[in-house]
Amino acid sequence: MCLGVPMRVVEIEGDTAVAEITGVTRRISLQLVENVKVGDYVIVHAGFAIQVLDEAEALETIQLLQEFGVQAG
Amino acid sequence: MKFIDEFRDSRLARGLLRRIEDLAHELPVVRFMEVCGTHTMAIYRSGLRHLLPENIVLISGPGCPVCVTANQYLDRAIAYARLPEVIVCTFGDMMRVPGSSSSLELERGRRADIRVVYSPLDALEVARQHPSRRVVFLGVGFETTAPAVAAAIQQAASEGLANFFVSSAHKVMPPALAALTTDGRLRIDGFILPGHVSAIIGVEPYQFLAAEYRKACVIAGFEPLDVLQSILLLVQQVRDGRRAVEIQYSRVVRPEGNPRARALMEQVFVPSDAEWRGMGVIAGSGLALRSEYRSHDADATLDVTVEPTVVHPACRCGEVLRGLCEPQQCPLFATACTPETPIGACMVSTEGTCAACYKYGRRVETGVSDG
Repeated sequence: MCLGVPMRVVEIEGDTAVAEITGVTRRISLQLVENVKVGDYVIVHAGFAIQVLDEAEALETIQLLQEFGVQAG
Repeated sequence: MKFIDEFRDSRLARGLLRRIEDLAHELPVVRFMEVCGTHTMAIYRSGLRHLLPENIVLISGPGCPVCVTANQYLDRAIAYARLPEVIVCTFGDMMRVPGSSSSLELERGRRADIRVVYSPLDALEVARQHPSRRVVFLGVGFETTAPAVAAAIQQAASEGLANFFVSSAHKVMPPALAALTTDGRLRIDGFILPGHVSAIIGVEPYQFLAAEYRKACVIAGFEPLDVLQSILLLVQQVRDGRRAVEIQYSRVVRPEGNPRARALMEQVFVPSDAEWRGMGVIAGSGLALRSEYRSHDADATLDVTVEPTVVHPACRCGEVLRGLCEPQQCPLFATACTPETPIGACMVSTEGTCAACYKYGRRVETGVSDG
C-alpha cells in the first residue's frame, strides 16, 4: 500500500500534472513536491508525487553497484 | 525501464552477494528485520532469504498498513457502510480483510455502496458528485499516505465540502520500531527501513535506534539490488561495530525527507495512541484529525454501533507481524487460509507476509510448487 511508482512528468498545469509510465498516463497532484519540471521522474503514491527522483544519485548508485560486479569477477 | 531495470541486473546481484558472503563469515548469526510490506514482497519474490549466507537472517515485521489495522477498525468501517446514505471509499487492499463477522466485500455484496479508489482525491470527487450523501474515506497507511489524505481533508475544508469524512487509521513507524526493539522476545541487530515512509520523514526520526538501542539501520529501495546493497551496508555496520542510519535509496530519499509533506501532515493530524494488530496499543503511533477538522472526522461525528471484536483463535497474524512466527508455523497457512479464502489480514493484502510467502516462498520452504 505504500508502494510508490516512478513516473515521468509529461505535462504540468498548476498543482497537477500528467505523468506516464510504460505508456499509461495518469493525472497526479504536485502539491507535496517543489520545483518539478516536465521530463522529471517522480515517485507517485496514492495520486500524489511524494518525491522527485534524483537522476545523479541514481546514476551514482548504479556506478557503485557496477564496481561490486567488476570486483566479483 | 529507466531506474528499474538497472536495479535488477543479476550479474551485479552476484557481485553483491559475494561481498556479503566475504564479510558474513567473520560474524555470528545476525538478524535484520524489514518493516515495509513492499520490501517483504521484494525479498520473497527474488528468493533473497535463500541466497544469503546462513548466518544472515531476514525477519519480516509489521510493514503492511492493511495487516496492522485492527479488527475493530474494520468493524467500524463496516458499520459506516451499513448506514443509509453513506458511501465508503477505500483503497482496494481493504476490501477482503475480514472483520469480526463480515468484510467490506461481503457488505458490498449486500448492496452497501463501497467504492475502491486509487487516491483520496478520487474520494473527494465522489463527495462532490453526491452532495446529498455522506462519503467516508478509510484513511489507512503510514507516513507515505498520510500527507495525501491531509491534502484531501484540507481541500474539502477549503471547498466547504461538508459531506466528506475521513476515518483515520494512519500510523507512524518510529514508535512501532521502538516497541519491536524493546520486545525482549525478539533479537534484532538491524533494520531495513522503509524507503517511501523515509522519503517523507527523512533520517532524524530513526536516529534513536542507532544511538540509544545500537541497531544498524539502512533506508532501502525496493529493487533486488537495492535490498542486497542495503544488507551489505548493514553487515558492514555490524562488522565495524558501528551503528548509524544510512540511506541506500538516495535517488529518492533526502536526509531531511519531504518537509512540505510533513508540514501538511502536521497541519491536519495530531499524534494519537493507536492499536496495531498483534502489537496492541502503541503510544503516539497513530494520527488523529486535529480538532479544527473535526467536522470531517468520521469517528468524531458519525454515530454507529460497532459489533464486539472477535479474532479467529487459530490465526497467528499477530505473531507474524512481530516477527515471532513464520507464516508456515500458523496452522491455517495454505490450508484454511489462502489468498482466495483469507482468514488473516497478512494473507489478504498484496504486501502481507503470508501472501508473499504463499505466492513466492513455499517452493523453497516446503517443496510445494506455487504453480
